[in-house]
Amino acid sequence: MMRRITGWFNQHPRATLRALLAGPLGWISIVYLGSLFILLMHAFWSKDSFTGKVEPFNWTLDAFAQILSNPVYFTIAARTIGIAALVTITAAAIALPVAYYMARIASPRKRALLLVAVTMPLWASYLVKIYAWRTILQTNGLLGWAISPFGLEGPGLTEIANSWLVLTYLWLPYMILPVYAGLERIPNSLLEASADLGGRGWITFRRVIFPQLIPALAAGSIFTFSLSIGDYIVPDLVSDAKFIGNVIYDNSALGSFPVAAAFSFVPILVMIGYLLVARRLGAFESL
Amino acid sequence: MVESPLVRAALRIFTGAVMVFIYLPLVILAVYAFNASPLGGWPPSGFTLDWFGEAAGSPAIRDALTNSLIVATISTVLALILGTLAALAMQRHNFFGKNAISFLFVLPIALPGVVTGISLQSSFKLFGIDLGLHTIVIAHATFCVVVAYNNVVARLRRLPRSPEEASADLGADSWMTFRRITLPGMRTALLSGGLLAFALSFDEVIVTLFAAGPGARTLPVWVYSELQRSYQLPVVNVVALLLVLVSVVPVWIAQRIGGGEITRGGR
Repeated sequence: MMRRITGWFNQHPRATLRALLAGPLGWISIVYLGSLFILLMHAFWSKDSFTGKVEPFNWTLDAFAQILSNPVYFTIAARTIGIAALVTITAAAIALPVAYYMARIASPRKRALLLVAVTMPLWASYLVKIYAWRTILQTNGLLGWAISPFGLEGPGLTEIANSWLVLTYLWLPYMILPVYAGLERIPNSLLEASADLGGRGWITFRRVIFPQLIPALAAGSIFTFSLSIGDYIVPDLVSDAKFIGNVIYDNSALGSFPVAAAFSFVPILVMIGYLLVARRLGAFESL
Repeated sequence: MVESPLVRAALRIFTGAVMVFIYLPLVILAVYAFNASPLGGWPPSGFTLDWFGEAAGSPAIRDALTNSLIVATISTVLALILGTLAALAMQRHNFFGKNAISFLFVLPIALPGVVTGISLQSSFKLFGIDLGLHTIVIAHATFCVVVAYNNVVARLRRLPRSPEEASADLGADSWMTFRRITLPGMRTALLSGGLLAFALSFDEVIVTLFAAGPGARTLPVWVYSELQRSYQLPVVNVVALLLVLVSVVPVWIAQRIGGGEITRGGR
């Protein structure tokens, strides 16, 4: 029986392909794309003003009107995108020297060690890392203790700068790894040529190395930006300034589901735009 | 390019400082798990193992741990099956629309987790599916497919085709070739992909909060609700340490057997 089946598949490679793809493609299209589509429809559905329940296929633009009429939503969107951009820039500024040291200065042994050291924390529980920062940042935490001799106080858990710090901490490895890989790809001869032509260290970096790193930086920034823009746990646990994700999460549970759905358009559209720009910069070849 | 000694020293010091920055919070966390004082201030006051006993005795933590293990196991199996099928199709066949499909498989990690979470929740609600462990499994399997797929594809790309062709020339049908040649070739990739998917699922909270009903808590969801309720609980420190170990150890093993193919993607 098995022989007959496989024999038939042998003669029909198209059928083999279809059989292989049916499961995974079906899952992703139905579960994921289907859900995305249903979410987008929710944004255009009304809700019962009394019970708060969504009324499917009752089309309205109420949710969008509610968002556009209240400037708070605009502030939150701008704040989230701003912090995500700041996190991305900070991560790049930290990643460049670290990746440079790893790729060009460290001994091979040290380089391997550093690679593991940078990769490992990516997997150490996300929530736990945020929790660790909470213990450090709270008023009587490690930071407050360390700066108390100077008459300063710990920042507490309300500052928006905390979100910037913790998000940078969380996503930094995503930036270091592609930048490191990008630096590894630059041939030594190119740098020697620059030096022979009189390019001093800084000039070589700015004119030769940096332009070649742009795809790698763009690739890393996809992660730092996308992960920051969709985060709602960090702003909830270390500060009291809400992000886009908080509005979506809060509204999905208690408030208005159509508003949550409509506000989801913001991260989706921003990310699609970002991915298009990143692709032009060659990010997808560096992933 | 030859960097001046000054630049080299500065880069070394900077890198060292960044490594301290990366690991300091994890060290602090481990210290707190053994802190005698139930209040979370710094410095810790004395050493105790009491919180470990208390955590082990807590039914809420045990239930959450069981849930996490069930969810991670089923999602990993599903992700491995779907990811391997997809990898075989993409790596061994050429067809129209291939690029679009490979983009599709990466989409669940390219878009922010909050979008994935609320999307799934909206369709569960629309179709009247009660939230519970099964909905968490569906959510986790969806983004774990990518991890399995990436690992298997990377391996298939490196596996030479000639043994498969030889097998076919010697009269083996495609099933036999797969079972005797291709599958053994990608065994370690399946193992490391599976471990990574397990770690990812065990640790996930952003999507999970949308897919978890009130009764079905995974360990990270339990930690999150504890953090929202109180300032700091000594038992949470112990669970936090456990979470770090359970997510890091499989990855460490995967890295040893996978030989640097580890790709994580978002979240």
